[in-house]
Parts: sequence; C-alpha cells; structure tokens
Amino acid sequence: MSDPATILDARGVTKRFPGVLALDHVDLTLTPGRVHALVGENGAGKSTLIKILSGAYHADSGEIVHAGRPVSFARPLDARAAGISTIYQEVNLIPLMSVARNLFLGREPRRLGLIDLRRMNREAAAVLDRYGVHVDVTRPLGTIGLGARQMVALARAVAEDARLLIMDEPTSSLEPREVETLFTVVESLTAKGMAVLYVSHRLEELYRLCETVTVLRDGRVVHTGPLAELDRLTLVAHMLGRELDQVRQEGTTRFGEHRDHTGNPPVMEARGLTKRHVLRGVGLTVRAGEVTGLGGLLGAGRSETAKAVVGALPLDSGTVTVGGRRLRRLSPATAIRAGMALLPEDRKAEGIVPDLSVRENILLAALPRLSRFGFVSRRRQERIVATFTKRLRIKAASPEQKVGELSGGNQQKVLLARWLCLNPRLLLLDEPTRGIDVGAKAEVQALIDELAADGLAVVLISSDLEELVEGADRIVVLRAGAVVAELDGDDVGEHAVMAALAEAEPREEDDRDD
Amino acid sequence: MITDSVAVPTTVRPGRATRAERLASLSQRHGALTMLALALIAASVTFESFATAENLAGIAIQSSFVAVIALGMTFVIIGGGIDLSVGAVFALAGVLAAFGSRWGPVTALLLPLGAGALIGLVQGVLIARTGMAPFIVTLAGLLAARGLMLALTTEGAETPLVPRGSGFLGLGRGVFLGLGVPVWIAIVLCGLGAVLLRRTRYGQFLFAVGGNEDAAGLMGVPVTRVKVVTYALSGLLAALAGMLNAARLGSGVTILGVGMELDVIAAVVIGGTLLVGGAGAVGGTVCGVLILGVIQNVVNQIGTLTSSVQSVVSGAFLVVAVVAQTYLSRAGRAR
Repeated sequence: MSDPATILDARGVTKRFPGVLALDHVDLTLTPGRVHALVGENGAGKSTLIKILSGAYHADSGEIVHAGRPVSFARPLDARAAGISTIYQEVNLIPLMSVARNLFLGREPRRLGLIDLRRMNREAAAVLDRYGVHVDVTRPLGTIGLGARQMVALARAVAEDARLLIMDEPTSSLEPREVETLFTVVESLTAKGMAVLYVSHRLEELYRLCETVTVLRDGRVVHTGPLAELDRLTLVAHMLGRELDQVRQEGTTRFGEHRDHTGNPPVMEARGLTKRHVLRGVGLTVRAGEVTGLGGLLGAGRSETAKAVVGALPLDSGTVTVGGRRLRRLSPATAIRAGMALLPEDRKAEGIVPDLSVRENILLAALPRLSRFGFVSRRRQERIVATFTKRLRIKAASPEQKVGELSGGNQQKVLLARWLCLNPRLLLLDEPTRGIDVGAKAEVQALIDELAADGLAVVLISSDLEELVEGADRIVVLRAGAVVAELDGDDVGEHAVMAALAEAEPREEDDRDD
Repeated sequence: MITDSVAVPTTVRPGRATRAERLASLSQRHGALTMLALALIAASVTFESFATAENLAGIAIQSSFVAVIALGMTFVIIGGGIDLSVGAVFALAGVLAAFGSRWGPVTALLLPLGAGALIGLVQGVLIARTGMAPFIVTLAGLLAARGLMLALTTEGAETPLVPRGSGFLGLGRGVFLGLGVPVWIAIVLCGLGAVLLRRTRYGQFLFAVGGNEDAAGLMGVPVTRVKVVTYALSGLLAALAGMLNAARLGSGVTILGVGMELDVIAAVVIGGTLLVGGAGAVGGTVCGVLILGVIQNVVNQIGTLTSSVQSVVSGAFLVVAVVAQTYLSRAGRAR
C-alpha cells in the first residue's frame, strides 16, 4: 500500500539494546515538501531512530516503506543510494581533506579515469557559491568556519539527489546569521519537494521551520501531529512526560518543603559564565544547606554550567567565587582545593573504576591527602571507608568487593562517598539517579536531602521534573545556555518550570504564573 | 527532481588562508625537500667524493629498495594504520625469489609477490574485519613471515642462490642510463603511487579513512575494502623490494630486513606524513628515504665512525621532523 503523498513511512519500528528498549513500536510518516520535527529528551530514542533510517543500525522489527517499497538498509551507502541523506551533528566530514574533495568524495568528476582536479574545484566553488559560502575550496575543511562546514555537508547531501534529508541538530554550533542562511536553504529545498526530518530541541527553530512534529519519550511516540496546533507548553509537557492537566491541578501543592536559605552566606557564586555556542552569561548562587536545582531541556547548558563551575569546561569569560574568595584560575584541581565536587552524568565513563574495590574507589580522590610520605595507613583507610559505607548505606559484600559488581544505585553512592570524604562545601550532582532502580533512587534522593540538612550546598541537575521540584529548594532554569528564570520559595513547581522552558524568547523576565 | 540550485543571498564566511597558515602548509609540504637539499649541499661541500656520479648512483640504488617499501607504508599510514611486517616480508620475499629462480625468472617473480600480497591481504582482512589494532596484527605478521623464512632455510643456515646466468639477475644488476634497474622501478612506482593517491577515487577514500574513519563510513566510503587493499598493496611492495634485492645480490640473504620496518616508518614520517593518518604525500616519503640514504652514505665516508652513529643521526632527524610537524600542524589549525 503506497500513498503517493508520503516519501517514508516507518511502522512499528522496534530496537533493543542490551538492557534497554531503545525504540518501542515507533511510527513515523514523512511527506515531500514538509519539514517534520523530531523531538525528545535524552534517551528518548531520537538518535537510534535516525540511525535506523540512515542505515547505520538495523531495526529488530517493524517496517520501513520508502517511496512505496519496503526497504531495509544494510549500510549507510544503501540509504544514500535510495535518496536518504543524513547530516549528523558534527562528525560527518574529513577535516584534513580539502573542501572540494569533501564535497565530491565518492563522486569526483573524472577524465580518462583520473580525477579532474580543476573541474572538481571549479564546480565545488560554483555549488558552494549558491549556498552563500565563499571560501577557497582547496583549503582543508577543518580550517573553515563551522557554519560553512555545515553548508558543505548540506550541499553534499543535496547533490546526491536526496529526496529525504535528515538533519540532526544542525544549528547547535552555528551563529544566528548562519542559522538564517541554513533556514533559507532548507526552505528552498522543501519548496522543490524535498522531505526533511529535523531534529532539534530549540523550540524557536521548530516553530519557525516545521509543520508537523513527532515527540519521542523513552522509545515511544507520545505525540504526533501538526505543530501549529500544539502550544509550547504542551510540547514541553510531552517531552518531559508530565501531563499538563495533572500539573495544573496540583498547582501550588507542595511535594516537599522548600526551605528558605536566603539568610545564609553564599558558598559559591558564579558570574557571567560564557563560552561560545554553549553558555551565555550564566550566573548561579548557591548557599549552605540549600539544594539548587538546574532545570532545562536537553542542550540547555546544565551539565556545562556544572562543569564550568568546577573548571572542567574551559570558558571564554566568567568568574567563580567560593566562600568569598574569587578563584583566580579555574581548573579541576583548584576547584577541588576550594571544596567543590562534581558527580558527573556518565558515571561509567567519567567516574567509576569498575575493576577496583569499593575501598579503592572511595579513597581514589582522597589518597593524596591521607598519605604521609607516600604511605597510607590501612587502618585509617578502613576507618574512613567504614564511616561512609555506613552513612550512605552502601550495600557491598565487603569493602574489597569490585565496584563493577554492585548495583547502579550503590555505584552512585560509592562515587558520592569518594567526593564526600574530601569534605566538600559544595556538591554538584549531574543526573544522580539516572539508570538506577526506583528503590535506590528514593534512597539517593533522601541522602541528598540529609547532606543539605547537614549544611552542604548542593547543585542538583535532573531531567526528571518531579525529582527536581521535589528535591530542590530553588530552581534556576536554563535555556540555550542562558538563565531564563529563577524560582524560589512557593514558586518552585512543575508548572512554573515548564512555563519557563516554553517561553517564547530567551531572557524574557517573569510572567511565569498563569 | 531536486537540483542543487539554491539561491542564498548571505555570505557565510569569507575564507582566506592567513600568512602563517600558508607558510605552515608550504613548509609542511616541502620541509623534507628543504632538508634533503641542505643535506646534499652540506655533504657535497664537505666530501669531495660525495657528489660523484658513482657515489650518487650508489645512494640511489641503496635507497630504491627502501623507497619501494616506504611507498606502501605511506599508503598504510595515511589510512591511519601501521605495517610492522614489511621488513620480514622483505627478507622472506628475497629467499622465495632466490628459491623460485631455480625454475626460471617467472617463478622468481611470482612466488615472492604472491606470498607478500597474500600476507598483506590476510593482515588487512584481520584489521578491517575484526577491528584488531594494526600494530598487533602486523607484529604477528612480522613474526609469522620471519618464522616462515627461517623454516624454509633451516633456521637461516641455508642461503638459496640464484643460478648463474639467470635472466632474473638482470632485474637487480641491470643498468639503464647510468641508474640501476631497481632505481627506475622505484621511480616509476612512486610516480604511479602519487597519481593513485591524489587523482583516483581509491586515494580519496584512503585519505578519508585515515582522516576520520567514522565520518568516512557515513559518507559512503567502503572502509573495509580500502583497508584490505592498502595492506595487500603494502605487502606486495615489500615483497617486490625483497625480490629486487635478491636479484641484485644473487641470493636470498636470511639476515636482511631486521628492523627495516622502523627505518621505513622513519623515512615516511620525516617525509611529512602524519603518523595519525589522513595526511601525507609520496614526494615527501621519497625525500625522507633519500635523507636517510645520504646520512648513511656520509657516515660511511667518514669511515672512522661506526654504523651506530648513523642511527643516532637518523634518530635526530626523525625527532626534528616530528617536532616540526607538530608545530606546523598546530600553526595550520590555529585560528
């Protein structure tokens, strides 16, 4: 059954990875001449879906009908041959090769079997000229601007006779002017009958460019339809998985108590944290005994803010003051010395050493402080480890058990213990409960509360809106790398956060109540 | 259908190479050539016997074997890999050529070339299909090739000889226009290699694979095939060099080729090919080979110096080349 009005029809696409159902019977219909938005938070399954459509992954089950025929792409080359081109967020060209060679790779003009360099360079310049890119095409691609590189990728995709263009966050590293150029190009392409699948989490862009939308959450389609019929707030609610009516009803009902700590002196003050394309003048104040939540959609700059504070993200400008003293040089070492600790989002890649024991993992960061002439007394080690396993209720057979054998929740607690035995004043937690089971989640949340009650300042990043609102005393909402709202006291609520996320223009102040 | 005529008024970013960038890319491209010229001038001025036709022809023939192997290594390194097996394949091919020459020149040609290409092919398949590190796979290849060679020669005790008067010997000893036949073969192959690299689709794919393998795959480059072909080519060229050397010496000398892979890699790197892959040129490699050849020749001229001094000087050149590369590529990328 082929409908001439659709270029691609995916039905019941399912993909399972070890331990995760990445896509669960996903349907997607794309029409020529239309831009279709694909949105969803971290782990929603957007990238998996794109990779299946572009032939990089195989679906476990489900059907993809392309141009009226069921297809199954074995590799990216096949999808491309069928007219599906994908522009990935960043790595899709070869920086060391010339602009022209990148543009023509695999379909170079040839004469007598050899590449006709002169013709290739001439044609490359002519093609790029039409996209508003005026560069020396013989230069290595890596030396031209990001916007121009994105245009080269686009020109490459179009030149391949693509009928469906998949764009994965194409604007994440572009200047506003470059974004405009990109939009003009996309609009003229759809006018010629190209179908576009546009992945982005920037609401402005979605409403500007897209006619229809599919919202994914936890591998499932939670909404699909025309974008114009969907107001921003509802869209954000769909993405975050909160039912709007339910949230409205709850109104100002409190999940937990939101303590007021404005009297306490600030432990850490960050001012004007700025990094091109990432952060735009983010300010953050955290007080002792207070849990400050960072809210925002994927890519808003929450993790980046946390990393910037502890010196793990090189900044263009900005200052961090701890306990009244401004840190002169931001680096992880000075941050640790100043008493700040960051529990990163990806604990497997950035924190846990699975083959080391619980004891070794806990003491990893503290060892330099505990050692005397390079030796650390075993008794002292065991005492510290015992204190923290008890306090954080870490469930391990013994301190010598390998951390890799523990559950996700207990691994997280071990990481927490590692930083706590440094006696920090400020603890930054990036998605501390992601990927751990419900029981352990509640325990970690309770633990965060206890730590704050003991006088620690805490910054909490969570995509789980309920967790954020419940756990934080104050919430700073970020969008596109800038602070768009600060909620404290009775303002802290799910609806208020979503309203701030859905606001039309960044930096517009207030009117966060209905 | 959709054509790519799109009208956009805005300019994205006028791109012009800065002076520093141009200078960096120029010296990166011609750095090895400059070094070679300086070495030649210095040697000619210091030693009267250096700039004689006889001596230069000697350097050329010595370098020709290394150049043929280095050509293959240039391809492998541009593709982001490394081939440690070339020295062992060189020695094995020499023995096989001498061995095969008993049945005539054709066997002397085909036996070593077939064996070299096969070893390269197997290595390429292992690297491209299983994702094993090229370093490990070709180290295994080195051991296997050397083991095979020793097995054929009863632990290296036998040296197979090419029969006197065999036409095969002409391949190594023949002289044409004052230069040995191996030199001409090396010149022709390097010329073809340069064209293959810059002017064919395979060459473009190779640069893409070495520059960014993931991106290359997504751009539709047949990554596996490119890698397999490249390692097979490297094995073939190493075998060719071993065969030519056997034709020159008239025997398959079993002690040759030990550590040769390192000299070859040094020549390629001195020639400006990036060890991480994605950039390089045949011309640079030829210069690198000749620089090492001149150093060896000069150290021999002095006479009082041992060959260990030669290694020290070659090592120093290598360090200079690598440091210069690092700085230049940094200057080239700086914005």
